Amino acid sequence: MASFLERAGFPKPAPKEGRTTERLAVVAGHYGSGKTNFAVNLALHLAAGDGWAERFGLVREPLSVTLVDLDIVNPYFRAADAGELVRAAGVRLVAPRYAGSNLDIPALPPEVGQVFSADCRAVFDVGGDDAGAIALGRYAADFERAGYQFLFCVNFRRIETRTPREAYELLREIEAASRLRATAIVNNTNLGEETTAALVRESLPPMEELAALSGLPVAGVTALPGVAAELPGALPVERHIGVPF
Amino acid sequence: MSEKLLMKGNEAVAEAAIRAGCRHFFGYPITPQTELSAYMAKRMPKIGGTFLQAESEVAAINMVLGAGAAGARVMTSSSSPGISLKSEGLSYIVGSEVPCVVMNVQRGGPGLGGIQPAQSDYFQATRGPGHGDMHLIVLAPASVQEMVDLCYDAFDLADLYRNPVMILADGMLGQMMEPVEFENQPHRELPEKSWATNGHQNRRPHNVINSLYLKAPELEAHVRDIFKKYETIREKESRCEAYLADDAEILLVAYGAAARLCKNAVKMARERGVRAGLLRPITLWPFPERQLFSHTEHTKAFLTVEMSMGQMVEDVKLASQFRVPTYFYGRTGGVIPTPEEILEQILKIAGGAR
Repeated sequence: MASFLERAGFPKPAPKEGRTTERLAVVAGHYGSGKTNFAVNLALHLAAGDGWAERFGLVREPLSVTLVDLDIVNPYFRAADAGELVRAAGVRLVAPRYAGSNLDIPALPPEVGQVFSADCRAVFDVGGDDAGAIALGRYAADFERAGYQFLFCVNFRRIETRTPREAYELLREIEAASRLRATAIVNNTNLGEETTAALVRESLPPMEELAALSGLPVAGVTALPGVAAELPGALPVERHIGVPF
Repeated sequence: MSEKLLMKGNEAVAEAAIRAGCRHFFGYPITPQTELSAYMAKRMPKIGGTFLQAESEVAAINMVLGAGAAGARVMTSSSSPGISLKSEGLSYIVGSEVPCVVMNVQRGGPGLGGIQPAQSDYFQATRGPGHGDMHLIVLAPASVQEMVDLCYDAFDLADLYRNPVMILADGMLGQMMEPVEFENQPHRELPEKSWATNGHQNRRPHNVINSLYLKAPELEAHVRDIFKKYETIREKESRCEAYLADDAEILLVAYGAAARLCKNAVKMARERGVRAGLLRPITLWPFPERQLFSHTEHTKAFLTVEMSMGQMVEDVKLASQFRVPTYFYGRTGGVIPTPEEILEQILKIAGGAR
C-alpha cells in the first residue's frame, strides 16, 4: 500500500544508489526511538575502531570522528549531554552553540559545514520526527555530494510507531522533510529499564514488515548489554543519555 | 491497549486526559511543556474534540472557564511564566466554582528564567496562584505512570469539588520517557453537573456562572461555602508515599523529580548504616500534615530537598509544629541535585545528631 505522501501525489523515491561504504552517517527517527543514544554509541565505537560499527556501511580508514548534534527541537536529553564522554574518547562534538543552555534558539553551528569537505567521519544525531529532520534538509545537497548512510531508528514500543505501517509513514515524512533517503533500519525497540529479550523478540516481525514495506535492509537490532547478551546477533548499546536517577 | 509503551511525561498526560474524557484543550506553547499541546493538536481533531492554540495564556484560561462552565471536561497546560499569566483566570474559575485541570511543567524562574527543570513554583501553586481567598488542589507526580494516574484523578477531583486541579510537574518529568500503561482508570461516583450553563431546555431556571458579588455579606458567605469544601478536601484528599519512613532517624521530604533523587540517596545512606527514609507528598495542597506530624514521634530530623531555594520546607516546619529540627537542601535555576549531594547532607546531619 502506498504511503500517505505517495497517495498525496509525491512519487515513491527510488532506492538510494551509491557506494557501499561512506564517511557520513545520519541517525534519525521518532522522538524516543533511542536515536541519540545510538548515535553516541556509534560515534564512540567508530573512534575505538573495534568493529562494532562495521555493519553500518561506514569507511574503515582511521579517520577522525565527529558527532554532530543537529537536534534543534528538543532542549533535554541530547547528544551534547554526553559531551565530556565523547570528547574523552577522542570524538569531536559539534553542537548548536546554545545547546542545553537557557537560550532556546534553533541555530545550527557553522562547524557542521566542515565535515562535508574534511577528511573525517561523522555521525549526525537528528531531531525527532519530520520536525527535527527539517534541519537536515539544509545540508541535503552537501550530503548528496559527499555520500551518506541514513539509519532510521525505530522503537515499536513508542506511541506513534507501534505498527510497521506507522513507522513507514514516519520514515517517509522524515525523508520528505530532510530531502534525503534512508539506507537502513536500526531496530532499537525498548521500554527503558523494563526491556526484556522477549520484548525485543516481539519486535522482529514488525521490523521485517517495515523492511518489506520500505525495501530497506535491517542494519541491526540493538539493546542494552544485559538484554543483548540473551539475543544472538543483537548489538549491545551502552546507556549514555538519560535521567540522573 | 494493555501493552506498555514508552512515553514522555508530557505525552502521557495528554493521552490520559483524553481517556478521562477531556475533549477541549486551550493552550499556548512553552518549553518544556510543548509536547502536551502538540499531542493534543494531533489527537483532538481525530476524536471530535477541540484543540485551540489561543493568542495568549490569558485567552486560553478564559476559554477553559467557558468550556468548564458548560460542563465539559477541559484542560490547559503551560510552564512557569505561562502559569503566572493564567493566574487571574484561575482566580475567576475558583470564584465561579468551575472544574478544570491545569498542568504546570515547571522551569526555572523568576522572570523568563530558563528552560531546565525546577520546583520553584510551589508557593505559587499552593498559596494561590490568583487573588482572593482561594486554593487549587495540587497533585505532584513523580513518574510518568503517576502522571497518568494523577491526571485521571485530577479530572474527578475537579468535578467532585468544582475547583481547578493543578498537576505540578517539572521539566524533567515532562521530558523524560518511562514505560507506561493506561489501564486501571478509577471511577469515582460524581454528582451530576446540574449547575452547568448548557441550555435549560425550558425545564429548569437559568443557571448563572459568576464570580462577581458586590454585596460584602454575600461574597463572604460565598467564600465561606468554598472554604467548607476546602475543609472536606483537607480531611479526605491529602496523600503521600512513605518509603522506609517508619524507622527513619532522618526523614527526607521531597516531591516530584526531587523525590526520585532522594530515594536513591536514602538507599545509599542505608548502605552506610544511616537510617534515612523518605516522605513524598503526592498532594501538595492539601499538604499531608497529619502524616508528616506522625513521624515527629521517632524522627530526629527532617531534611527537605527541593529544586528551589526552599518553599515546601515552610509547610514541613508548620506541619511538624517545629517538634523536630528541619534542614533544607536545594539547587535551583534548572540545576538538578545529584543523589551524592543529597547523601552528603544526610551524612552531615547524621554526624551532627550523634
